[in-house]
Amino acid sequence: MQKRQAPPIRFADVTLGYDGHPAVHHLRGEIASGSMTAVVGPNGSGKSTLIKGIVGLLQPIDGHIDIEGLDRSQISYLPQQANIDRSFPISVVEMVSLGLWPRRGMFGSVTAADKEQVADAIATVGLTGFEARTLDTLSGGQLQRVLFARVLVQDSPLILLDEPFTAIDTSTANHLMDLIERWHDENRTVVAVLHDLDLARERFPQTLLMAREPIAWGASKEVLTPANLLRLRSMSESWDDTAPWCERAAG
Amino acid sequence: MIIYDFLFGPFVDFSFMRRALAGSIALSFGAAPIGVFMMLRRMSLMGDAMAHAILPGAAVGFLLFGLQILPMGIGGMIAGLFVAVAAGLVARGTVLKEDASLAAFYLISLSLGVLIVSMKGSSIDLMHVLFGSVLAVDDNALLVLGGASTISIVVLAVILRPLIAECVDPVFLAAVKGPGAVVHIVFLGLVVLNLVAGFQALGTLLAVGMMILPAAAARFWARRLEGLIAVAVGVAMLSCYVGLLLSYHMNLASGPAITLSAGAAYLVSIFIGRAGGVLWKPPPHKHRAA
Repeated sequence: MQKRQAPPIRFADVTLGYDGHPAVHHLRGEIASGSMTAVVGPNGSGKSTLIKGIVGLLQPIDGHIDIEGLDRSQISYLPQQANIDRSFPISVVEMVSLGLWPRRGMFGSVTAADKEQVADAIATVGLTGFEARTLDTLSGGQLQRVLFARVLVQDSPLILLDEPFTAIDTSTANHLMDLIERWHDENRTVVAVLHDLDLARERFPQTLLMAREPIAWGASKEVLTPANLLRLRSMSESWDDTAPWCERAAG
Repeated sequence: MIIYDFLFGPFVDFSFMRRALAGSIALSFGAAPIGVFMMLRRMSLMGDAMAHAILPGAAVGFLLFGLQILPMGIGGMIAGLFVAVAAGLVARGTVLKEDASLAAFYLISLSLGVLIVSMKGSSIDLMHVLFGSVLAVDDNALLVLGGASTISIVVLAVILRPLIAECVDPVFLAAVKGPGAVVHIVFLGLVVLNLVAGFQALGTLLAVGMMILPAAAARFWARRLEGLIAVAVGVAMLSCYVGLLLSYHMNLASGPAITLSAGAAYLVSIFIGRAGGVLWKPPPHKHRAA
């Protein structure tokens, strides 16, 4: 069982965005410790921005995100595959070993136990035999398994997944979904950006439905209702350089 | 005996040839691994821009102290780092991307450099700064070349882990609070250091050749990072030897002869390299079983 438990993630009227334009606007609420939450919404609704805000890659324009007692560098974050340079000649085992960074840093030596943990993680995601393969020889699904193995090695109480099932086949998705549920069973906090509404409804207990601002947030079956989805569709993404400054003060 | 004289005679008989060989081989150990990372990071043309950017600093050193490696090298370092950091700051703080920002700065830098050299020196001096003179490598220059290579190898070893992470998955490195920005700046510092070390031997315009051409040739022989670095260093050293030999026997300018030798290695590798060379491509309509 997991020894550490992640503290809750508190959004204190947080606004995140780019060049003064909000992508997540005045979000308030809390992701409970040990919960498993799907973040759902159309493209441009601020889902990935929210994840970047939690992990600390993006500083809030206004308000703040509190994760008391957990160093942000200890968060496991699975980025979108587009961020990864697959042409760089690095092997599967080296890529998975990057997950040791929070513990070993720049100079820490990799121990026999670390190597065993990396081998176990590779085996868990079903890539035994692929250790020496370079990233450019892997399929999209295999690379996603590599990234999941890296999350396993990080062994964090808080796991953030940005579109973990994009462009992978059903069998791989099911396997990786089982892994996510295992993390949830171990009382880790899991937050995943998803596009698949059925998956969110069936496998994730909690859902945050977003369109820059939360449309609904709570138990997935109560959130993903036809009425809420209709409201979601009526919200449109906007980027207006002539829009007035938002006067809503952060509370 | 004739073959021996041809291959080794110039280096046995003349100390300036031995110095040139020692200096350029020292350069190979530092510049080639840096070139591999530049190639893998798609920064090959950036190296060319940086090579131009060091010119005004070297020119100010030349203006104040004449043709001396240390003041020109220090001036070049300052100018190169200034351009790299300024271009990076403009790219991060404005709408301009880093390539356009760097191009703007290096063009300003290059024209400033040529202007400064032309204010004092002759066109021969300008040619020397632009194209170098490996055959005029003195003790100071040897120390600079050896020192730059030593610093490059040690610093590269220190930053290797985060540098690889920064290349493959910069977002992950930022998420785990790794020193991505610092590593990027240190790496640019190494690029500038090797360009400065190289311009005495090869000139500001060709110094980047010892970085990029061996790395590009290595890409056709090795698939893994350690293999790429080993092949690139080997190609760079061989190019220095062959280039100097051709320079001696055929009375060619040494800098271009070395760079052209590396260029020949690259062109040959395109065809016969075992890791992606044209001749080893699968025949049309043929495929492996797995």
